[in-house]
Amino acid sequence: MMTTPATMLADKKPVLAVEDLEIRIRGEHGSFSVVADMSLAVAAGETLCIVGESGCGKSMTALALLRLLPEAAEIAGGRVEINGRDVLKLGAHEVEDLRGEEIAMIFQEPLTALNPVMTIGLQIAEAVRQHRKVSASAAMAQAVETLKLVQMPDPERRARQYPHELSGGMRQRAMIALALACDPKIIVADEPTTALDVTIQAQILGLIADLQKRLGSAQILITHDLGVVAEVADRVIVMYAGRKVEEASVYDLFDHPIHPYTKGLMGAIPRGRASERLADIPGTVPPMWDLPKGCAFAPRCPGASARCLEERPLFEEKRPGHFAACWEHDDV
Amino acid sequence: MRMPKPLRNPSFVIGAAITLFIVGCAVLAPHVAPYGVEQMDMRNRFAGPSLEHLLGTDNFGRDLWSRMVFGARISLMIALISVGGAALIGTVVGLVSGYFGGWVDLVLGRITDIFLGFPAIILALAIVAVLGPGIVNVSLALIVVFWTEYARVVRGATLVLREQNYVQAARALGAGPLRIIFREILPNALGPIIVLASLGLGTAIIAESALSFLGFGLPPPAPTWGWTLSYGTRFMRDEPWLAIVSGAAIMITVLGFNLLGDGLRDLLDPRQLSRGRGERRKA
Repeated sequence: MMTTPATMLADKKPVLAVEDLEIRIRGEHGSFSVVADMSLAVAAGETLCIVGESGCGKSMTALALLRLLPEAAEIAGGRVEINGRDVLKLGAHEVEDLRGEEIAMIFQEPLTALNPVMTIGLQIAEAVRQHRKVSASAAMAQAVETLKLVQMPDPERRARQYPHELSGGMRQRAMIALALACDPKIIVADEPTTALDVTIQAQILGLIADLQKRLGSAQILITHDLGVVAEVADRVIVMYAGRKVEEASVYDLFDHPIHPYTKGLMGAIPRGRASERLADIPGTVPPMWDLPKGCAFAPRCPGASARCLEERPLFEEKRPGHFAACWEHDDV
Repeated sequence: MRMPKPLRNPSFVIGAAITLFIVGCAVLAPHVAPYGVEQMDMRNRFAGPSLEHLLGTDNFGRDLWSRMVFGARISLMIALISVGGAALIGTVVGLVSGYFGGWVDLVLGRITDIFLGFPAIILALAIVAVLGPGIVNVSLALIVVFWTEYARVVRGATLVLREQNYVQAARALGAGPLRIIFREILPNALGPIIVLASLGLGTAIIAESALSFLGFGLPPPAPTWGWTLSYGTRFMRDEPWLAIVSGAAIMITVLGFNLLGDGLRDLLDPRQLSRGRGERRKA
């Protein structure tokens, strides 16, 4: 089930396309950009994973897609197109109509992302009535249906319960049901399994993959876990310090990682051998307001050259359908 | 077997009992009062408590128990209207101020400060002096004095609640500001509002009594507690009973609301409960 990367999407029309997105933050260090030159595209039925460590801008990118950036952050440039409409040019009400109906988000912490004083069913029903003119009872019936869709055990009863009465896995199912309530075309999941037990993680990932197959939605999954990526992704974007460093199909990425950062991440995956010592990437991520002139990864890169320190590498196609931003990589 | 949580909280139980008793008396006033409010018996002035007159009589020989019971109606009515009005206005101002922030918050905050700047009782006196006495006017005066407290508390709660993940999640599902304020934030801010309101009922009764005491409440012969206390003080030296009974009515009622409010605060906020009682709960 190979899908084509962003720039080669001639055969499939993307439902979501982002071009040269730049996000800046105004803070004590002045205004600096946290995401730059971000481009991506997802088609219906496709799963794109964005990988990177905390603070690399992956969540910022996700929030920008729904125009939900925190107050201190602003979109400084670029385009975000959903089904051909430029999201960044929409008015406040049009954006509200878009959210939930066209694009929905699954949040990381299912406990805090559910309203503690409202029953699960009522929360989903509210989301339905936000976009559809239906009666309260019809919305509630829809809520129960959605809970069935996410394989919530005993959905009628769960619909009448409050979030604190559910287990972690059930809360995440409820959260997913909430996002699916209005049948959005695009689902953005920000670390949907990070807060869950490993066994529950597998269930939820299976559920997300299954739902996507049935609903045919486009999906963006944000994670720092390459294991998750291997399991669900069609294509992968690796981010470092606010920029893409590599983009490829999941097979190409795992078979022939190009960027040293990607290789470093893969070296840090435990393989379960007792004697194994995990490889780490030396050094730390530079602060976003004080990025090096050249490649942001150069100070930590084992193969960095003089050029890497001086000039930012271009994000270019190194192999067919496989993009990376690295000067030192020789084509295979 | 363990008792239900509210019943294990002594403040709540005592407060609720007192409140129920006072409210019951006020509601059933015509049935529990053996005499008319203005029914005088000049041969029987300043009578002490007896089976005939449970709490004795005043300087006109009027039955004090009956007057206290009907006085409870006035006090509670004014307390309810003023607290209800103040909570309503203050909550809306606080929600709007806290949610939108920026210049909206600035303007509403300055207006709140202006009201806070006046000494409460002087402001209330001035308003009653302008509007004239009456249940509605006294209530209005108290609303003007008390709404700021709700505005400040609700604004603070809103500042915290608007940053919650579920508010962001609701936004991500297309909820607009009105829906977020009234469906997501308000229900979560109800706890402090309810506590403040039950404590506020006590404060309102004191304020109403103070206005009556100063002669700015309902005019006689209305059986207000404050006015009874006020003229009771005139006979303080020889017949202290009048002042004691009316003062006790005020005190017990306020005590009831305060205990109820404290109890509710403990019940509605588990973190508050742990404070000073060594019963820390997991967050």
